[in-house]
Amino acid sequence: MLCALGAVVITIGIVVSLIGEAFRFFARVNVFDFIFGLNWAPHTLESGEEIGFGAIPLFTGTALITLIAMAVAVPCGVMVAVYLSEYASPKIRQTLKPLLETLAGIPTLVYGFFAVATLGPLIRDVAGFFNLSIASESALCAGLVMGVMILPYMSSLCEDALHSLPTTLREGSMGLGATPSETIIRVLLPAIFPSLMAAFLLSLSRAIGETMIVVMAAGLAANLSFNPFEAVTTVTVQIVSLLTGDQAFDNAKTLAAFGLGFVLFILTLFLNILALYGVKRYQRIYG
Amino acid sequence: MDIKIDVKHLNLFYAEKQALHDVSISLQSHQTTALIGPSGCGKSSFLRCLNRMNDIIPSARCEGQVILDGEDIYARSVDVVEVRTRVGMVFQKPNPFPRSIFENVAYGPRIHGLFKSKADLNDIVEGSLTRAALFNEVKDRLHQPATRLSGGQQQRLCIARAIAVNPEVILMDEPCSALDPIATAKVEELIDDLREKFTIVIVTHNLQQAARVSQKTAFFHSGYLVEEGETGALFTTPQDERTQGYITGRYG
Ligand SMILES: Nc1ncnc2c1ncn2[C@@H]1O[C@H](COP(=O)(O)OP(=O)(O)OP(=O)(O)O)[C@@H](O)[C@H]1O
Ligand SMILES: [Mg+2]
Repeated sequence: MLCALGAVVITIGIVVSLIGEAFRFFARVNVFDFIFGLNWAPHTLESGEEIGFGAIPLFTGTALITLIAMAVAVPCGVMVAVYLSEYASPKIRQTLKPLLETLAGIPTLVYGFFAVATLGPLIRDVAGFFNLSIASESALCAGLVMGVMILPYMSSLCEDALHSLPTTLREGSMGLGATPSETIIRVLLPAIFPSLMAAFLLSLSRAIGETMIVVMAAGLAANLSFNPFEAVTTVTVQIVSLLTGDQAFDNAKTLAAFGLGFVLFILTLFLNILALYGVKRYQRIYG
Repeated sequence: MDIKIDVKHLNLFYAEKQALHDVSISLQSHQTTALIGPSGCGKSSFLRCLNRMNDIIPSARCEGQVILDGEDIYARSVDVVEVRTRVGMVFQKPNPFPRSIFENVAYGPRIHGLFKSKADLNDIVEGSLTRAALFNEVKDRLHQPATRLSGGQQQRLCIARAIAVNPEVILMDEPCSALDPIATAKVEELIDDLREKFTIVIVTHNLQQAARVSQKTAFFHSGYLVEEGETGALFTTPQDERTQGYITGRYG
């Protein structure tokens, strides 16, 4: 009881301080300039004017990398889950599943290093072979590696959900002459929709929040671009880079980190509410 | 009367354990055959051999022949999907899919492409629900979740779902064990109607039920088919003393 209360108090404290700092920032930089500005190069002019606080390139960078990561993690994760739960023999399942779960425990620094040292140069070389030039720092590289990083979350949650479905559901479908794949696509996956949604959300928030891989593999350059072959940067990366260094704490640059954090907070909150609503609605229909 | 399914020397193993021993029986078209016997004697196992449902269990292995209309369903050339389309199954516990009532019945026709137009599909769904004596109860809420129906309605929905693919044989494993007497009576009535069109095999623990719905009865005991014959004769003048013991309630 006390612990729960403690957790609630701490959460409220974090949110309040985040909002407080964010408002100090918005007192200096116009909210609309911040949210809709296209140029991210935060600095203060001699005249005291704060410019270059346009956050759009950061959000597009986050969106691009997250999209690539989810495009890897969701289909692969679901397929891995389906394989483990429906096709693999118990022995293979018992070996592979813990192995996959250890993947989730690898520090993201290691993934980042893999991206920089192996995948980045590989993408560059492959592109070079086709006479394209791609920097070894690219959204593609960061997104792919991030996708591999979050894949175990996706697959593990889906596998648990599939595995807990009653055999009678499978038998009902097979008894009507459905093949195993028809059963999976038309009965089992729809039946675990709420869990799929939860797994999707967890993966999404991991992808949005991930910083290390992006710093290492996609760079710090705030390009407004949807080209996956270019270097981009993300919200979280910029938060880190704004807060590192020895600046005064009431500097606009430092406060911008809270502004970014605040917007990110609102966005993820909104996503969660949306997903919760979706699951509720689904359960109301099919519960 | 023609023979619909001819089972010859069927043995079934779960890993090393033998669950059925040399079972031979002929099932007549348009008749209901009841399978009775004490718990664990292999009734469900036998039933599941008839549409190769045991294929799903990795440890299960089966020997012998199950001849459906002259063709052994265990022959290598036979497609298991086709077998299960021709031989449908209703399970002990109602197991509707977590989707709407309509989609539950439409599921089979959809995967087998049994309709040409949306109107066609509507007809199949309505016809199947009507034949399962459920349509009047659900006609206003076809698009509501099937899981919200009562147990008895769910079981009739599962029967509707099975007949929607137009099978030739319907296997029922204790279809009334989760139902109250009124729902049971409805399902029994239904079984009697369905017999005109389908061949029915039903497992039941309720001897009165076996007597009411079936023309033939087969008595199983610890993996052996002990005795089979006309239902009336088997209940009044059983040949084997184990059968006699079971139907007079001395054990089982
Ligand atoms: N999947 C399985 N793996 C191993 N053994 C099994 C399996 N299914 C059934 N058996 C065994 O086969 C025997 C026959 O079981 P079966 O389910 O056919 O009995 P039943 O006559 O249907 O019993 P009940 O009336 O209780 O449903 C039992 O001894 C049971 O333990
Ligand atoms: Mg049984």
